[in-house]
Amino acid sequence: MGRPGFVHEVDRSTPPVLFWRGENFSLERLPAGRSRVIYPPEPLPAIKDIDGAIRHALLHPHDQDPLPALLFPGMKLTIAFDDVSLPLPKMRRPDIRQRVIEAVLDLVAAAGVDDVHIIAALGLHRRMHEYELRHALGDRVYDAFHPRGMLYQHDAEDHDNLEVIGTTDHGEVLEINKRAADSDLVIYVNINSVSMDGGWKSITTGLASYKCLSHHHNGETLQNTKSLMGHREHSALHTSIWRLGKVLRDHGPKLFQIETTLNTDMFPEQYAFINKREWEWTAKDRATYLGVSKGLSLLPVKARRKMFHDIHSPHQMTSVQAGETSAVHELTLAKVFEQQLVPVEGQTDILTLGIPFVSPYNPDSVMNPVLVMCMGLGYLFNMYRNKPLVRKGGVIIMTHPTYRDFNPIHHPSYIDFFEQVLPDTTDPVVMGQKWEKQYAEDEWYRHLYRTGNAYHGVHPFYAWYWGAHGQQHAGKVIIVGGDAPTVRRLGFTPASTLDDAFEIASDVVGRTPTISHLHVPSLLVADVQ
Amino acid sequence: MSRLVFSRKPARFAAARLAGTLMPGRGAAVGPLALEPDETLPLPGADWVRLRPRMSGICGSDLALVDGTASAYFDPLVSYPFTPGHEVVADVEGTDRRVVVVPVLSCITRGISPVCHACEHGHIHLCERVAFGHLEPGLQTGFCADTGGGWGHEMIAHASQLVDVPADMSDEAAVLVEPTACAVHAAQRYTGKETVIIGAGTLGLLTLAAITATRDRERTGPVVVTARYPDQKRLAKELGADVVCSTDELPRWVRSATSSLVFGDQLTCGAPHVIDCVGSSDSLQQALQVVAPGGEVQVVGMPGNVSLELTSLWHRETAIRGCYAYTRPDFDTAIELVRRMDLGRLVSATYPLKDYTDAIAHAAQAGRRGAVKVAFDLRSN
Repeated sequence: MGRPGFVHEVDRSTPPVLFWRGENFSLERLPAGRSRVIYPPEPLPAIKDIDGAIRHALLHPHDQDPLPALLFPGMKLTIAFDDVSLPLPKMRRPDIRQRVIEAVLDLVAAAGVDDVHIIAALGLHRRMHEYELRHALGDRVYDAFHPRGMLYQHDAEDHDNLEVIGTTDHGEVLEINKRAADSDLVIYVNINSVSMDGGWKSITTGLASYKCLSHHHNGETLQNTKSLMGHREHSALHTSIWRLGKVLRDHGPKLFQIETTLNTDMFPEQYAFINKREWEWTAKDRATYLGVSKGLSLLPVKARRKMFHDIHSPHQMTSVQAGETSAVHELTLAKVFEQQLVPVEGQTDILTLGIPFVSPYNPDSVMNPVLVMCMGLGYLFNMYRNKPLVRKGGVIIMTHPTYRDFNPIHHPSYIDFFEQVLPDTTDPVVMGQKWEKQYAEDEWYRHLYRTGNAYHGVHPFYAWYWGAHGQQHAGKVIIVGGDAPTVRRLGFTPASTLDDAFEIASDVVGRTPTISHLHVPSLLVADVQ
Repeated sequence: MSRLVFSRKPARFAAARLAGTLMPGRGAAVGPLALEPDETLPLPGADWVRLRPRMSGICGSDLALVDGTASAYFDPLVSYPFTPGHEVVADVEGTDRRVVVVPVLSCITRGISPVCHACEHGHIHLCERVAFGHLEPGLQTGFCADTGGGWGHEMIAHASQLVDVPADMSDEAAVLVEPTACAVHAAQRYTGKETVIIGAGTLGLLTLAAITATRDRERTGPVVVTARYPDQKRLAKELGADVVCSTDELPRWVRSATSSLVFGDQLTCGAPHVIDCVGSSDSLQQALQVVAPGGEVQVVGMPGNVSLELTSLWHRETAIRGCYAYTRPDFDTAIELVRRMDLGRLVSATYPLKDYTDAIAHAAQAGRRGAVKVAFDLRSN
């Protein structure tokens, strides 16, 4: 059993603490007596018989008949699965989605069901490359279904293949993939890396149209999402999604939700130091850190990026549950919090965050400046329950090189967003009103999303909206080590070193601020009392 | 009293070319340009007057000449030795007139009668007798051995070349009238649809100003300007650009503004009117990349020898059209424009003639050094 999460009060004997800096790291000394480091819990033990657990979940679902009872010859069955945006880094083969879908397909075959479609639930994410589909589903599933046109990716712009299920009492229209809508049964295969995912969000975003997503993926809603990872009732995003979920439950196809959770064993042995608490580093860990960080600094950024994206994470499944969506998701959330929750006492003036090389929106790609904002203010800032780690009006300090670099295949509209929208405004609400429509209706972005591997035209807006609450909450945001003009374009303040950042922050929080450092990796949710 | 003289000295010309290639503007120090005592030029006819230049600008074509990068095309259109300087504000000797010079040496200035077809219709910039008549060859005043130029304390001009400067206009503003007339001429082809101006040096900014003066922003397509340096970007915004971007960003802006798709590097749509105020291979190639099918690339910046991939021009039936100089009425419009848009502020630095190497170096690096127009100030000796 791994040790629980831990809040370490920094004193003079505390060694320098590890910070991510994109495709590298640094060790930073935090001020003694007023800083704390929040370490994640150690990985929970994995389920030993994974295939057995999956089969048990399918045969003993919650608030739902066993899967075999829902299958019958001649039925129309759709299996949807979470896309490449998680887990991060990608897990070692076999991916858990492959194991679950293979188990499902065994039962499907036994029931004599022939009309089976498997759909990657992309939402407005980029289409997965073939190697990514093979990684997630395995060669057997890919080769059996893809050549026959029965394995494909959701297209939120294919209006002939979208269907309106109904409308919430708030006027939100639920429009989803027509094949799923017309199915006798939809089985959703989820990986719940973080607590904001899963539940009704799976289908109502992953298989939804742009029109449907725009009801809750907007500046106002995300500004009012005060607890993205914590209590759902404080999240305007989840409140809207749960309303849509009710419409789906009452008027949509029969659903069978399968959710899985993973432990936080995120990096392989050669990067063991990343997962450890610094004062527990062995001589080997220190030597590895030195070798890795020095070696990385000698490599060009493309080589570093490739090295990190080639990592196959050892993380393992800690739970699998199936059945009715709400019932399943509550069990999932309990398991996620068991792995990630760390009790923390009170807020501090400053929150420091090391931004890694990857976010959910750049697997095998570039962590562009918009995604740095999204990762810092959208994801890591929001890794709390009850209240943020940093007080209202406090300072958020991130470390990342924040180069002006984009992947034109994956992120074409991000480039235009950076060049056209951000010089005009960084206000999520204003940009939504003024610019989003143009990007949503741009034929070129649509073409690249539908036929290439590009995120949808409005996706950079969504990435920006994700940080809307953090942006509103913070009195100042500083990026250490970033390209200064690029950082300024984001509306943030550049700093050369962490000490400089503290100096700059003193305008807002005084000269002796209290500091929290969120130690990532791995994942944690600070339960701030 | 002195003047700068450009002589035919091949060895020095080669040295200027080398120095200018290594560092733009450095051709002045080693090339065939030299400071010499003024000499009194004979008047070619009764309609000619003597001018005492007050200020004279340094133009891109002057820089190409000084750095030895000007096209050999001009060789028959230039007579040596000559005093450069065609952006001139001057006093008319023996009068209280202050004038700007229309430097084009057309039929009437050359004593050609009857005048050519173009001059007869007022298109002096298209004069069909440009190297002939009683004057030595000279594309313009400032390239002709007989007329002198603005980079000296004395020159001569035909009465038809004189445009009176309003009394309330400063010399700094007046020295911009000639380049502004070029811009006014270029802006006459503005269509009101999406327009791209490549380059935000003097000509780019003035062309933008000329377009802004005639356009109704509510009803016309966006004007997109590429600029390299912060001051150029600021000025382009001030002078009415809807979008100011870098050259790297331009194709994306135009694609977005014109709902274009892309194949390879080529936009499928594009801007109907692209005004190239740089004139390099790169700028012209980019103009062809972003111009709409059937659209027009207007070359306002002097191009010289360039290398272009023209398949897209053929395939998309686009046109490349030159834009040289002006007509006499363009000067009246230019004076009004300079006054209305306070274009005198674009004169960033002035130098005495003796510091010509510094002045030319400054002009050659104007953008990088935060300057637009650099001029000689001849008001004191």
